[in-house]
Amino acid sequence: MHKIIAALALASIVFSASAQTIEERAAPCLACHGDNGQSQTENIPSLGGQQAAYALIQLFMFREKLRVFEPMNDMTKSFTDDDLHAFSDFIATLPKPAPPADAGDPARMARAAALVQQNHCNSCHQPDFSGGDNIPRIADQREDYLAKTMREYKDNSRHGYDDTMAEVLQPVTADQIDDLAYYISRVR
Amino acid sequence: MRIHLSAPCSLWLAGAFIGALTLGAAAQQPAEPGPSATPAPAATPAAAPALPAGSPLIGRPGSEAAAKLAPVNGPPIATAADKLPVTKLKVPAGFNVEVYAAGMANARSLAQSDKGTVFVGSRLVDKVYAIVDKDGKRSVKIIASGLYRPNGVAFHDGTLFIAELSKIDKIDKIEDVIDNPPKPTTIYDNLPKDEAHGWKFIAVGPDNKLYVPVGQPGNNVLHDDAHGQIRRINLDGTGAEVVAYGVRNSVGFDWDPETKQMYFTDNGRDWMSEDVPQDELNRVTKVGEDFGAPYCYQGNISDPDFGWGHSCSDYTPPVGLMGPHVASLGMRFYTGNMFPKSYKDAIFVARHGSWNRTHKAGGDVAVVKLNKDGTVKSVEPFLTGFLEDNKYVGRPVDVMQMKDGSLLVSDDWNGAVYRVSYGKKVASK
Repeated sequence: MHKIIAALALASIVFSASAQTIEERAAPCLACHGDNGQSQTENIPSLGGQQAAYALIQLFMFREKLRVFEPMNDMTKSFTDDDLHAFSDFIATLPKPAPPADAGDPARMARAAALVQQNHCNSCHQPDFSGGDNIPRIADQREDYLAKTMREYKDNSRHGYDDTMAEVLQPVTADQIDDLAYYISRVR
Repeated sequence: MRIHLSAPCSLWLAGAFIGALTLGAAAQQPAEPGPSATPAPAATPAAAPALPAGSPLIGRPGSEAAAKLAPVNGPPIATAADKLPVTKLKVPAGFNVEVYAAGMANARSLAQSDKGTVFVGSRLVDKVYAIVDKDGKRSVKIIASGLYRPNGVAFHDGTLFIAELSKIDKIDKIEDVIDNPPKPTTIYDNLPKDEAHGWKFIAVGPDNKLYVPVGQPGNNVLHDDAHGQIRRINLDGTGAEVVAYGVRNSVGFDWDPETKQMYFTDNGRDWMSEDVPQDELNRVTKVGEDFGAPYCYQGNISDPDFGWGHSCSDYTPPVGLMGPHVASLGMRFYTGNMFPKSYKDAIFVARHGSWNRTHKAGGDVAVVKLNKDGTVKSVEPFLTGFLEDNKYVGRPVDVMQMKDGSLLVSDDWNGAVYRVSYGKKVASK
């Protein structure tokens, strides 16, 4: 009995020494990525409902500077592998971003829907754009972030984990990227 | 990591890429116009403009079953040694499989130095590893970081060659500097920079030249003169020459120990169908042969897009077919004495495993036995168990024969290397 009490006491000391919960540790993340992971800031992605496997890959790439964005590289540089898992699992538990209020211009939505079909965005990313495993959720993502990301994949200034997005964006024009971002950020 | 909880976003962003981010007044997303009076009829897309010639999306079907298929990539963090799926792996009776080394995220191509150090490339991370055996103790070192998709490694006369996405590097006298290696120096960079099929397997041939593949820049592309081939260069990077044309994406080759002819694996195209084309095992009998891509696949299928006006008979057919979408990658002839005689001069081929197929295929190491004339007698699974309930528990990338005749197999899913031996289990030295 004494042993158990001693063990419990020790455990509580150890826990209080590194007492921050993942919610507390993630507070700075949400300062930029928005309450509940819904970003209100230009070019900063919403995180809510993101696939854990995709989030893990991105956090890893930030830590290793395989994806370069200084605030994120700084934020993750001292992360252990366990930290990367803890944060990516946490991100996946955040609620999905709220869909936008406006349904979009019908003509532009129809034009972009054809592009989505032609480019098979709804294949890997799923018909509802919720993604799966390595493939990110893009539904209800910020339009500016979606367009920026596609431009960066196309000109290879953002390196993907693999080559897929660099390849599929090669024939997609800048105007088409804008239409795709417009559509994907609004479709429901 | 201690973090100040109340810091605003602007503080995190301050000093970094201000030019790229418009902060302050413009930081809020502009208010959208109120709810649109007419909801968007999203279900009735307008006609899209035609895909340009050579688009990687040509031929991709829109069906629901096809939509479920997406490239499969392993996690970026290596599996702990005690969590590796080694007990699930199966080999023929009399063979053993064990973990040789772990903790090398995305472990890909293998090469061995004359002193027994094993070099391991990677594709999704930026590192080259060395598995060093010193006084019976094995350890893993990172010998290069910050490289771009350093998939290929080769060792020759003391020098380690590394293939990045669009350049070939070397580190001279690697064994002498292995505890503190210098940055690799680039010897050849006259290579396309495409992401698609841009990562490379490399090897030094019996002619003491370095062989460098340049894949097609996409699934099925009418490529230019700089793509779809295997080149060879002198070991100082000079004298580039194309050895084989019509190569879609080769990630493995070796030379027949008797005839010195080059054999290479080539990955067949995606999205034609579930069952064809199969990956090819090819043999180069003379410099400059054309193996058909993108006009003809597996020796007898005229490509539906590019095959018109061409005949498969214009191209060198494969000597063997390795299965549909299986991703036949690293391959080596077996010249050791440890395995039974029937394996002598057979080819081991790592089949990474399919993504573009409903029921995954491959995900094993196959053994290819040849006839006396160098044609294929049989293709059989050798090391299996990486595929479980249509999901990967590991994915083999390369194979390499050790001096004692055992066979190493890399697994990029788990970041590990396994060792296959025969007979009474003896730990490798």
